[in-house]
Amino acid sequence: MANGRRKKQQLGRIHSFSSGKTSFRGEHSLVGGPGFSRVVYCNDPEAYEALPVKYTGNHVRTTKYTIATFLPKSLFEQFRRAANVYFLLCAILSFTPLSPYSAVSTVLPLVVVIGATMGKEIVEDWRRKRQDIEMNNRKVKAHRGGIFYDTRWMDLKVGDIVKVERDEFFPADLILLSSSYEDAICYVETTNLDGETNLKLKQGLEATSSFQDDFRFQNFKALVRCEDPNANLYSFIGSLELGEEQYPLSPQQLLLRDSKLRNTDYIFGVVVFTGHDTKVMQNSTPPPSKRSKIERRTDKIVYFLFAVLVLMSLIGSIIFGIDTSKDLGNGWMTRWYLRPDDTTIYYDPKRAGIAAILQFLTDLMLYSYLIPISLYVSIEIVKVLQSVFINQDVQMYYEEADKPAHARTSNLNEELGEVDTILSDKTGTLTCNSMEFIKCSIAGISYGCGVTEVEKALATRKGSSLSQEVTEIEGHLEEAKEEKPSVKGFNFVDERIMNGSWINEPHADVIQNFLRLLAICHTAIPEIDEETGRTSYEAESPDEAAFVIAARELGFEFYERTQKSISLHELDPVSGKTIDSSYKLLNVLEFSSSRKRMSVIVRTEEGKLLLLCKGADSVMFERLAKHGQEFAEQTKVHINEYADAGLRTMVLAYREIDEEEYVAFNEEFTQAKNSVSADRDEMVESVAEKIEKDLILLGSTAVEDKLQSGVPECIDKLAQAGIKIWVLTGDKMETAINIGYACSLLRQGMKQILINSETPENKAFEKSGESSAAAEAFKASVIRQINEGKELLAASNESLEALALIIDGKSLTHALEDDVKDIFLELAIGCASVICCRSSPKQKALVTRLVKIKTGMTTLAIGDGANDVGMLQEADIGIGISGVEGMQAVMSSDIAIAQFRFLERLLLVHGHWCYRRMSTMISYFFYKNIAFGFTLFFFEAYASFSGQTEYNDWYLSFYNVFFTSLPVIALGVFDQDVSAQLCLKFPLLYQEGVQNLLFSWSRILGWALNGVLSATVIFFFCIQAMEYQTFRKGGEIVGLETLGTAMYTCVVWVVNCQMALSINYFTYIQHLFIWASIIFWYIFLLAYGAMDPYISTTAYQVFIEACAPAPSFWLLTLFVLISSLLPYFLYSAIQMRFFPLHHQMIQWILADGQSDDPEFCAMVRQRSLRPTTVGFTARFESKSQHSREQLEYL
Amino acid sequence: MEVDGASTSNGGASTSNGRANGGRSRRTAFDLFKQQQLPACKPVLTPVWVITAFMLIGSIFIPLGLVTLHASRSVVEIVYRYDAECVPKAFRGNKVSYIKNGSIPKNCYRSLKVHKHMKAPIYIYYQLDNYYQNHRRYIKSRSDQQLLHGHAHYDTSSCQPEEYNNGLPIVPCGLIAWSLFNDTFTFIRGRAELKVNRKNIAWESDRDHKFGKKVYPINFQNGTLIGGAKLDPDIPLHDQEDLIVWMRTSALPSFRKLYGRIEEDLEADDVVFVTLMNNYNTYSFGGKKKLVLSTTGWLGGKNDFLGAACIFVGSSSIILSIVFMLLHVKYRR
Repeated sequence: MANGRRKKQQLGRIHSFSSGKTSFRGEHSLVGGPGFSRVVYCNDPEAYEALPVKYTGNHVRTTKYTIATFLPKSLFEQFRRAANVYFLLCAILSFTPLSPYSAVSTVLPLVVVIGATMGKEIVEDWRRKRQDIEMNNRKVKAHRGGIFYDTRWMDLKVGDIVKVERDEFFPADLILLSSSYEDAICYVETTNLDGETNLKLKQGLEATSSFQDDFRFQNFKALVRCEDPNANLYSFIGSLELGEEQYPLSPQQLLLRDSKLRNTDYIFGVVVFTGHDTKVMQNSTPPPSKRSKIERRTDKIVYFLFAVLVLMSLIGSIIFGIDTSKDLGNGWMTRWYLRPDDTTIYYDPKRAGIAAILQFLTDLMLYSYLIPISLYVSIEIVKVLQSVFINQDVQMYYEEADKPAHARTSNLNEELGEVDTILSDKTGTLTCNSMEFIKCSIAGISYGCGVTEVEKALATRKGSSLSQEVTEIEGHLEEAKEEKPSVKGFNFVDERIMNGSWINEPHADVIQNFLRLLAICHTAIPEIDEETGRTSYEAESPDEAAFVIAARELGFEFYERTQKSISLHELDPVSGKTIDSSYKLLNVLEFSSSRKRMSVIVRTEEGKLLLLCKGADSVMFERLAKHGQEFAEQTKVHINEYADAGLRTMVLAYREIDEEEYVAFNEEFTQAKNSVSADRDEMVESVAEKIEKDLILLGSTAVEDKLQSGVPECIDKLAQAGIKIWVLTGDKMETAINIGYACSLLRQGMKQILINSETPENKAFEKSGESSAAAEAFKASVIRQINEGKELLAASNESLEALALIIDGKSLTHALEDDVKDIFLELAIGCASVICCRSSPKQKALVTRLVKIKTGMTTLAIGDGANDVGMLQEADIGIGISGVEGMQAVMSSDIAIAQFRFLERLLLVHGHWCYRRMSTMISYFFYKNIAFGFTLFFFEAYASFSGQTEYNDWYLSFYNVFFTSLPVIALGVFDQDVSAQLCLKFPLLYQEGVQNLLFSWSRILGWALNGVLSATVIFFFCIQAMEYQTFRKGGEIVGLETLGTAMYTCVVWVVNCQMALSINYFTYIQHLFIWASIIFWYIFLLAYGAMDPYISTTAYQVFIEACAPAPSFWLLTLFVLISSLLPYFLYSAIQMRFFPLHHQMIQWILADGQSDDPEFCAMVRQRSLRPTTVGFTARFESKSQHSREQLEYL
Repeated sequence: MEVDGASTSNGGASTSNGRANGGRSRRTAFDLFKQQQLPACKPVLTPVWVITAFMLIGSIFIPLGLVTLHASRSVVEIVYRYDAECVPKAFRGNKVSYIKNGSIPKNCYRSLKVHKHMKAPIYIYYQLDNYYQNHRRYIKSRSDQQLLHGHAHYDTSSCQPEEYNNGLPIVPCGLIAWSLFNDTFTFIRGRAELKVNRKNIAWESDRDHKFGKKVYPINFQNGTLIGGAKLDPDIPLHDQEDLIVWMRTSALPSFRKLYGRIEEDLEADDVVFVTLMNNYNTYSFGGKKKLVLSTTGWLGGKNDFLGAACIFVGSSSIILSIVFMLLHVKYRR
């Protein structure tokens, strides 16, 4: 490691810290009291052993089960499903004489089904287990008797001293003692915890900061008292006793598990919370379990079938009771062969009522074949396989980041086909969150001729005249790009400035100051790659990185940062050579969201004191000195232009400070910094504010927030598919609107309803200071604006004009209040696009919930940052973008994709397919079980409802498991109505899912009816054809076993061929499964029939001896098969020909071979498209319509 | 139905869009599988297909139906119901007391007229109606183990109440055996008695594997309540074919059982005199008893259903296809 270490600046502190003694504040007196009882003996294993309470080890388990709990826990999970409980009861009852068939044949399918589900659980849990093992066995250096040994994480105990090295994860929650830096600071990356990419600074106590070497811990002893384990990441209260002294501990000393040590060679820390006591583990909550609509409806169908089951049992038991009671009538036994005089309770005519009740139970078991026992397990298997296909899709694989799509839960595949509204984050989702320095305005002159996506969109919006111009410029750009390899974060082309030619510009000094400011005023850290010698930067935000990179590219390369200085290679305008210069860094006035600016105070090599400041235009212009406003007007114009083009702007200014002023400031500032009172931050701010004044304007920068590739196209497709897209962003209204234009969510001619909190009246109220009155009035104004919007909406409904709603966060707060939200939602739904800007994470979640609950439609939320987590969890489906902003969103999403544009394929192709597969599969499941169950019921009518079945026990129990299971799974996994290309070509296909055409109650009932019909045809044709005459040449008569076998053969054929008829997509897998299931039935029959009659009972040699040689058996099978499929065939033929659904139309085109005829395709496409209001197609349409109207007018 | 060539070519086109596979021209079947682009046949119900399919069904089922119907029609069958007529006039009002009264002779003489030439072998059946051999209690009331291996050491609790009599096990036990049919028939044509072959009337598998060669009836029909026929205790169950036939329970409440075979041709207008012992009680539950003489064809006995149904389905298909065609022409897309 030693020689391999990259050359890197030893980073001092750039943030000034209150160091040293902080007194015990109020809350620290709690230490030792209730809730603060934790005692940690540092480096003292014996004392640890002596503790009355044992703390948990550092072993972490994220698995759902352990070996011991697996069985009870997973069984409990299984039997939470009503259907499974029912089958369990059946299995238990099957051991009593009540059972219509043997116990084993009832128990076995249940065991298979439960076993399969449990197997799936094991596999899933095993994956988690492997992760745990990997985690638990990671190595860290822990102190054992003077030496630091490599120790496994799981072996760490509370009180151990550990040494964590650069880029390692912290194994537990640690108290920072010392680091490789003198003052015990270290940098920490908390991406895994909160998704923030910037580095956080932590600092150990001064008292321990000297323990910088391994050997010094030999005799180190300390005692930590602190709070009990809790989930709050940002608080920590404790105290450290070292010798006689006691020191307070704060979150500043706490290093959290799962965060990473950065930019620091090593740290020493003492373990305080281990394993499940750590804050991150305390924070991990199981994700809310989401179930798809189809699954919920499936439950309802199961209940419906239960009702049918009960009804059938009721009918059966009543008739049975009546029949039985007649057995002893007229003084003699009527059906004497049943010996009603000497019988059991189950058939006793004298107690026919009780017999009927018991028979009811028997019937409940008998008709259990109505309830598809294997349905749930099949659904789960199918879903897992579907997600494998989603994960494997190369067209959703993002090569650059090596990230495939990842379905984290397989529960929601089919829900993807029913999405009605998409709620999208903006930054990182629609845009890449990579900032590119593209323009700047220096000394009132605008530089940079790059064209942004937004500008392109704007250009097309303004008319075609400009677009030509744009393409020309683009051509230029392309050339320029070819010349030079592109630099990430830098997309600036302007010959006037680049390659040092700025020195010839009229305001060269201003440009120099401007660029120097960019190079100095930031908190980025340079990293020099030894091999290439190039400097790269690690910055808190991508904007900041873009600035430093821009400075580097324009000749001001920032290459070194020490504790007290910043060094640049800069171009000297006088000599024209690159010189090294160093600036003494005196103070950093940090950025905060309230200040909206940051400054640094530096001393140049000449000894001048400079304050360099950059910030938002709203705060910067008011701080300019009178003489510093030379270029203010032009700059403002440019800033507006940039903002119009969707760029982020920043104003740059500086001033020189004289020594006295600085000394006074520094004193005051240090004092404020070191104060410990609660309003420290405010004090620091007010001190900073005093010096950040009388600035001299240099200019402004413009950074492009780049749209991800393919976003406008994707949005257009989704809009054509009839999906509504809402954008929820934390950005400013102007930026949001610009992005809206760029994505074609907004277009010219669309009426915009702006609900804005920043109306003059509101401002007036705010200034008056009466907060409650202001809020009241504000709410009233929001309601008024909403109502105005609704009026517009009503008007536009007549004129077919599209509306866009744009609302800001403050107004949203009021719009989401209980009494307003209904009208707000009404308005929002009426609008073609909705953009909520300046919205907080909580508001995002609230909006999502509002849409989800009030419209009852499926919502999909997509986002990439920690601020989207609430929204992702709240929506029916949460999609995480596995981009740069950390893993928080991905971890709480249901499906992760790498790019927004993959959403198109995910929804239109996979979603559509999965929806269709699932709905067909479930309907088919009910069909096949109803078809089977009803043959049992019909037979009862001929067996005086005594509970006898016509089938052998094993035929029954294998029905769901072997003869009909695989084809239906193949259907669920592989079926496609049309190919992926056509799914994308005809986006309106997607509406089949949104309108739930394929899983509507009428369709489900249709399938059920088809099942009853099939059962009727099978049963009655069989008993008619195999009545009492001999069925073969040898004169033998049809017995129960022969009829049962023949009927079962028909059922297997019909049910499997029905499958063949209803699928659209025959690969060899389908062929294999369907025909193999049928063939397997015959094989089973042969094998089972060949077994000893003790096992095979009634099935003994029934096929080989009785059925197979009889032509009537085969003829009957053929006839029953064809005639029971005819009704369905006729139905689908008529539907296909006269009332085709979308997918059928497309299939038809394909079958006609007209798919290559573009004109014909366009015609069908036109017909299948409904007018959309969003997306560039709509934009194009409206434009062409507009021009047509104009022509007519002329 | 129709293998759609376009689908594979579409598949190819999409791969060029596919990022990872852009350059590769050769793709394995597994890749195609993973990308869900396996070559597939996609049947589409175009009118041509629908009409062809209906026509095909029609053209198969109508001839098939005709053949089947012909096979059924060529079977000669004589069905004679005797349960009512064989009760003496005095007992017609109370048939149950007649059948239960052991002292009244149960002989009954009837004559059957052969209306058409019947080719040997002619099968003799008895037919019972409204008799629930498929009742759950009835079906369960047997012991396969005992039938095959005799009475030793097997659980025969399912046979109750015909399990033990006077403390001794009953072989064969159970209600089915107990209620064995016991009407008998003899046939005379002209002067000579028609030979009835009563061997080989049961399924071979039953005889060989379900009824033991060394299992003899024990303690059978010795109880107070006598159900049906008695069995010769010296003949093993293996050879008691009446019992074996009876114990293969019927599927439906109306059923026939094979009684024997006449291995001579019967000419048209022959008169066959039947002497029958009307022992079996179907009167208490109102069941009918019939005697059936029937020849067989390649499809078995006389049953027009399958043939007629085939013709019906076949002709409906033809009609449907014509209607569909007309509609298709009338309502152009």
